[in-house]
Amino acid sequence: MLYREAGQFKTTYKADNAIFPILQDRIAIIFYLAVAFIVIPLVGTDFFLKSMMTPFLIFALAAIGLNILVGYTGQISLGSGAFMGIGAYSCYKLVTLFPDANVILLIVLSGSFSAIIGMIFGLPSLRIKGFYLVVTTLAAQFFFEWVFINVPWLYNYNNSGAIEVPRRDVMNVIVTGPEATAVTQYLVVLSIVVVMTWVASNLIHGRIGRSWMMIRDMDIAAELMGVRPLFAKLSAFAVSSFYIGVSGAMLVFMWLGAAEAEPFDVNQSFLILFMVIIGGLGSLVGAFLGAAFIHMLPILMRATPGFFGFKANVTTVEHVSLMVVGGLIMFFLIKEPHGLARIIALFKQKLRVWPFPY
Amino acid sequence: MNKMDSYITEDGRTIGAAVMEVKNITLKFGGVTAIKDISFDIRRGEIRAIIGPNGAGKTSMLNVINGFYHPQEGQINYQGQTRSKMKPYEAAVSGISRTFQNVALFAGMSTLDNIMAGRQLKMHKNFLWQMLRFGPAMDEEIENRKFCENIIDFLEIQAIRKTPVGQLPYGLQKRVELGRALAAEPSLLLLDEPMAGMNVEEKEDMSRFILDVNDQLGTTIALIEHDMGVVMDIADRVVVMDYGRKIADGYPADVQANQAVIDAYLGVAS
Amino acid sequence: MDLLYNIFVGPFVEMVTIPDFFMQVLWEGFVTGTLYSLIALGFVLIFKASGVFNFAQGIMVVFAALTLVGLYAAGVPAFIALILTIAVMGVLAFTVERLVLRHLVNQPDIILFMATIGLSYFLIGFGEFFFGGETKSMITEELGLPTGSTVFEPFGGLLILQHLDIAAVLIAGALVAGLAFFFSKTRIGRALRAVADDHQAALSVGISLNQIWAIVWFAAGIVALATGIMWGAKSDVSFALQIIALKALPVLILGGFTSIPGAIVGGLIVGFGEKLFEVYWGGLLGGGVEGWFAYVLALVFLMFRPQGLFGEKIIERV
Repeated sequence: MLYREAGQFKTTYKADNAIFPILQDRIAIIFYLAVAFIVIPLVGTDFFLKSMMTPFLIFALAAIGLNILVGYTGQISLGSGAFMGIGAYSCYKLVTLFPDANVILLIVLSGSFSAIIGMIFGLPSLRIKGFYLVVTTLAAQFFFEWVFINVPWLYNYNNSGAIEVPRRDVMNVIVTGPEATAVTQYLVVLSIVVVMTWVASNLIHGRIGRSWMMIRDMDIAAELMGVRPLFAKLSAFAVSSFYIGVSGAMLVFMWLGAAEAEPFDVNQSFLILFMVIIGGLGSLVGAFLGAAFIHMLPILMRATPGFFGFKANVTTVEHVSLMVVGGLIMFFLIKEPHGLARIIALFKQKLRVWPFPY
Repeated sequence: MNKMDSYITEDGRTIGAAVMEVKNITLKFGGVTAIKDISFDIRRGEIRAIIGPNGAGKTSMLNVINGFYHPQEGQINYQGQTRSKMKPYEAAVSGISRTFQNVALFAGMSTLDNIMAGRQLKMHKNFLWQMLRFGPAMDEEIENRKFCENIIDFLEIQAIRKTPVGQLPYGLQKRVELGRALAAEPSLLLLDEPMAGMNVEEKEDMSRFILDVNDQLGTTIALIEHDMGVVMDIADRVVVMDYGRKIADGYPADVQANQAVIDAYLGVAS
Repeated sequence: MDLLYNIFVGPFVEMVTIPDFFMQVLWEGFVTGTLYSLIALGFVLIFKASGVFNFAQGIMVVFAALTLVGLYAAGVPAFIALILTIAVMGVLAFTVERLVLRHLVNQPDIILFMATIGLSYFLIGFGEFFFGGETKSMITEELGLPTGSTVFEPFGGLLILQHLDIAAVLIAGALVAGLAFFFSKTRIGRALRAVADDHQAALSVGISLNQIWAIVWFAAGIVALATGIMWGAKSDVSFALQIIALKALPVLILGGFTSIPGAIVGGLIVGFGEKLFEVYWGGLLGGGVEGWFAYVLALVFLMFRPQGLFGEKIIERV
């Protein structure tokens, strides 16, 4: 009886169009935000923040970005690793070229470089449909993997070939660099992710999101209805790459602290795609769920044998993790292609009628 | 009668001059000729039926009008503009809207969303407003929602407005598709077998909707249909196609009595 | 000016003035191209029969190689190990079809593709768990494959052909010829082509889809084994090999997803193209371009001919 919406009548279209029309959902979201902004920083250990929450949020943003392209617009992409890299390297160049600028602003701006390149590599999608698009995004992926190593200007001719995050302050608080605290970085990441999620949600619920879904579901009918495939697809690539780029910049500046080309390889592309699939294609909530799952899984798996009282060596855990992830992908695609988000939705459905069975 | 004259029908509707004209259209796919040298016109405000045995090229003809297929020869004259081929976007912008033979609804969206999808061309608030949602974008959304709700009332599908269309029975899907086509406020509505697979009651409902759309909104309708009874009842004029060629063109009664048409449908004994 | 010369004139001059080196590069490209064709062949077989792009083909290649080497290391004589490996691949194919593919029959391409990616990850984890992650060497000699090389002296220069490479080309050629014969001349081959064309129609004339799929996956398994042996002999057996599966994509784009001759032509184009580009133009860019050349080539190709060289033109119906 907790989740019943009976009695909540909408008397205006505006109310009906709200993103969280059910009162309980609105309470829930305020609760989550409160916990995220207030409780966790107060209670969480540095380890928890730095190894679990911050990367989780960063990957969730990437998953939202990829979901826009794959889940909402139906264009497959295996290039997310490279686009994260573009965001990271452009942020590095921006930060080193403009040492006095607000670093948070630069992080968000670096997404635009990913967006532009995303649009360029998205151009083929107008001719090439469905599965063949994988090749386009793989071309981008492997090309940029090569660029990150072979264009020394990108890492400021550093001997190690890596980019290292310099210390930057915003309003007298150290935000990046080795001295930044876990709490600061967590809160910055959280704020960026919350705002960008809100924007993504707005886009999806409006005219543009509808045009994306029209292209996904039946692009011919969409075109005959006046949707210009060029605008719709390129806007999807642009927005998606923007989000992935910002997430890449945050990956290096707010979490890793330094990086070479490795975190942006094709395996990363696969991982983010897995987050989207397991979380649920076409679902913002799913992006968070998927990111949490994929990111927490290896940590959990490492902890489990100890929990049960026996030791397992690290490599075995890695191998078993791979098997579990692969197995779960297959499981989800067979049983519930709409992923964890659908499972949660079904659970909420049960909640609606609880304690009655139906 | 001259195609530029308008006249008034028995039941008081005004049928105007020709608004769409296709001339000498030939459409080939590689070695297969789908449409061979077909010409006919559609008058403003009329219900024009296109009939013929399976494989005659009727859907291809609609696809040419829509701009989905580009004919190798011939011209399309619509609203005074002559083109050798239509582009889908141009067709949509100039007010041509359609339904499809195999229900091409957006399966991932609800009924309401599908009908709102038909309003795409009417919604203009730019990207920045869309990012914000509150303000002009929301106002535009609500304004269009009102329009769509009128259509939903008209088609009597209020109960299913939030249901994902994939879960709807076939007959209702066809109705939703009609709603989506209507949402674009078309001046020319192309219906591809709107009553396929329906039982008698559903056909009566659909016929009523089509007649209402034509009567109340003045929409010109071109309709592919197999049910002769329906065609005779609601069509003002009929074009008959067979193997890509036009074999008859005129009033329903005349076409029904045409020997070539009878041969095409019943087959000629050799 | 210099740059223009280096792009448009220099490499060709080099090719002509140092012909033996050019021939060596061509030969290397040919061998690599043949191996790419083999991998692509595995994909084509499965795609042709079941419409599934089996991303896991790459890991199956590694798996086959690992099983073979593992069995031999456990004391099984080489040829018995070979036969056993074929059997294992058969069981693997059968299991995958039963447990995974069967349940995904009506899903869109992308879902199938992602499922096979999941399968790939699963098999990698399993393989590493079972066989250990270190690199192993292929039991080349024990299988009777020739080692050593022959030296030619064309134009007074030097051309070295590895016997192993020659063997690889010959074996690949034999496999392709055998499969081509099988497809066009035998009853089962005919049934396979029917299934590739239209599942429903094939069912309606009494062809057992399951049987056909089992045969096809089995054939793909044999191809995977041959590929694994050849690649493993050239560059040792490790899990890095499975990334090569991704290379098959450009090959398939160029040659079409459903064409056996296409897989060969595509593989050769990619093999030649990569090697030539890397050797003669790679220096301008700083080297290492083999990683992306094939994809960019496929991309450019797709812009002009979205269905590939041999694929069927896609006519969309509404």
